[in-house]
Amino acid sequence: MQAFTVHKGAVAPLDRANVDTDMIIPKQFLKSIKRTGFGVNLFDELRYQDEGYPGQDCSRRPLNPEFVLNQSRYQGVSILLARQNFGCGSSREHAPWALDDFGFRCVIAPSFADIFYNNCFKNGVLPITLSDEVVEQLFNEVEANKGYQLTVDLEREVVVKPNGEELPFNVDAFRRHCLLNGLDDIGLTLQDADQIRRFEQRYKADNPWLFASE
Amino acid sequence: MAGQASRGKTLYDKLWDAHLVRQRDDGSALIYIDRQLLHEVTSPQAFEGLKLADRQPWRLDANLATPDHNVPTTLNERQHGIEGIEDPVSKIQVKTLDENCDHFGITQFDMQDQRQGIVHVVGPEQGATLPGMTVVCGDSHTSTHGAFGALAHGIGTSEVEHVLATQCLVAKKMKNMLVRVDGSLGTGVTPKDVILAIIGHIGTAGGTGFAIEFGGDVIRNMTMEGRMTLCNMAIEAGARAGMVAVDQTTIDYVQGRPFAPKGEQWDQAVTVWKTLHSDSDAVFDQVVVLNGDEIKPQVSWGTSPEMVLPVDAQVPFPEDAPDETRKEGYARALEYMGLTAGQKITDIPVDRVFIGSCTNSRIEDLREAAAVVKGKRVADTVKEALVVPGSGLVKAQAEAEGLDKVFVEAGLEWREPGCSMCLAMNADKLGQGEHCASTSNRNFEGRQGFGGRTHLVSPAMAAAAAIAGHFVDVRDFDRQASVA
Repeated sequence: MQAFTVHKGAVAPLDRANVDTDMIIPKQFLKSIKRTGFGVNLFDELRYQDEGYPGQDCSRRPLNPEFVLNQSRYQGVSILLARQNFGCGSSREHAPWALDDFGFRCVIAPSFADIFYNNCFKNGVLPITLSDEVVEQLFNEVEANKGYQLTVDLEREVVVKPNGEELPFNVDAFRRHCLLNGLDDIGLTLQDADQIRRFEQRYKADNPWLFASE
Repeated sequence: MAGQASRGKTLYDKLWDAHLVRQRDDGSALIYIDRQLLHEVTSPQAFEGLKLADRQPWRLDANLATPDHNVPTTLNERQHGIEGIEDPVSKIQVKTLDENCDHFGITQFDMQDQRQGIVHVVGPEQGATLPGMTVVCGDSHTSTHGAFGALAHGIGTSEVEHVLATQCLVAKKMKNMLVRVDGSLGTGVTPKDVILAIIGHIGTAGGTGFAIEFGGDVIRNMTMEGRMTLCNMAIEAGARAGMVAVDQTTIDYVQGRPFAPKGEQWDQAVTVWKTLHSDSDAVFDQVVVLNGDEIKPQVSWGTSPEMVLPVDAQVPFPEDAPDETRKEGYARALEYMGLTAGQKITDIPVDRVFIGSCTNSRIEDLREAAAVVKGKRVADTVKEALVVPGSGLVKAQAEAEGLDKVFVEAGLEWREPGCSMCLAMNADKLGQGEHCASTSNRNFEGRQGFGGRTHLVSPAMAAAAAIAGHFVDVRDFDRQASVA
């Protein structure tokens, strides 16, 4: 997994609450057996005017000019500013895969759905929770200033605005550690393999019906 | 310890403690996983990861796989097995599950196996879901299995790989919420209406960060199938896990199922299972109380499961929204759904009907729907009404009871098991602008097909809408039909 330390990038505002994972990456694209290539179909139904299908050449599809990511001023963005309950719905990890593949390294919102939030950390995408007021303020600033950029510093847990103002945020220590170092979760857990085996032995003795008889 | 009052545990606390392998200093923990269910959509990248890292599954017997999301539901397409799947991309995904299960030695009920079906129907049906278990699956509706007094929730694909490799999940303890439904349900009011009413009450983010325990007389009096419907949609209230305490209803349901313990182990297990309830002095971080007597049949009108109303209500005005953000959401939903504020719910026409999904495709759901359509005909204006059983065994049971004939005679289509039109990954989908009375769980934009308009309802309400051609209150459906 790619590490996340400090990231500076341009911001796109997605002014809509309860953006669900079906909206982030519609179901027809979940048929892929790969982890990559989902970026062109990120927000497919909002982004294009027609219905998309897997493997299509998206460069020929009619774009929805209203959609924020299609506007010229938001080209090259890498930070998504969103509203409450972002990522609700299904557990599809294709949602953070699509965000990552598109080029987003960070999503800022007042709240996230649990499974999506968790999935982001496994893919080097940092979800940042800031208060409603702060997010509202950021929406105003992004919309008022073309090319608006933020600096996200995970080490110090602050978002730095163009004027130098710092917005503190909080991430669980374990997730922060893994993301800062780009660590593989499985490798870390397997360091505790002996402890898992000891647990399993005791647990099996107490709950033998949960194990197939050998 | 002096000065520290001992506090009772909730069901969730008990399940968590029983599976805690290691509590880390940073607040995260390793919890042991008893059962992982696998399907074709969220597993290929996990298996690929295992292969690339040259890792083996920790415990083969903890895993059970079946294809469900992509499988076609017409007999025509199904009878030739995987090779008969017309969509080449779907075919590859189903085939990949087959190959991965063969490669690693994981038990799979493949597409031609009678035990195949929607993972959340198959697990409980086989007794592969047992009380006290931790159950995970790369699917958010894994919360379904909480109906058995299990800790069950959806995970992402990276976590699927993690559980395969380590039998553990890195987790953080959630908060405890009790949703109590007192009283009793009126005739024609079902568990689906209860969970939709709960979501309407607490909102789609109301349960975020919580494990929800459903309790109260209404839940105690529910069958296991009803409890599964309820827990299935806990995620639609934002809670990864929903659960119901174990009682005699749970134990009776589990007994005799293929994967359930037998003989001496059965008695041993039942003794443990009987402790799987919240202690009387347990403290919940939040308690929500609803009165079951006040719940009416529900119909979702918008594009989020919280946009739901009783069938006798009218489509709301944006100004009715509880806050500014939702006001915009309401306006957008009205436009997408092609509805007019103030319009009666019962005036919404229905183009298609879908009875199925991990929420409502079990035998009781099918009986409920069949009872409504028996001896009647689907309205001419309804283009298609599908009944998709949750598994091959549900299908066989329904056929043994003659339900398939009831449906077919009424003009509904009787299909092969799978997720089908719940998320339209196979050929079953809505056309642009079409309204669907659906027993599934999500009414998000495009969920059932590009531009499709989903209305979430119970099986009885979907069946009634199929006959009437628009939404009707199933409680006085017979009377309405005779008047019409």
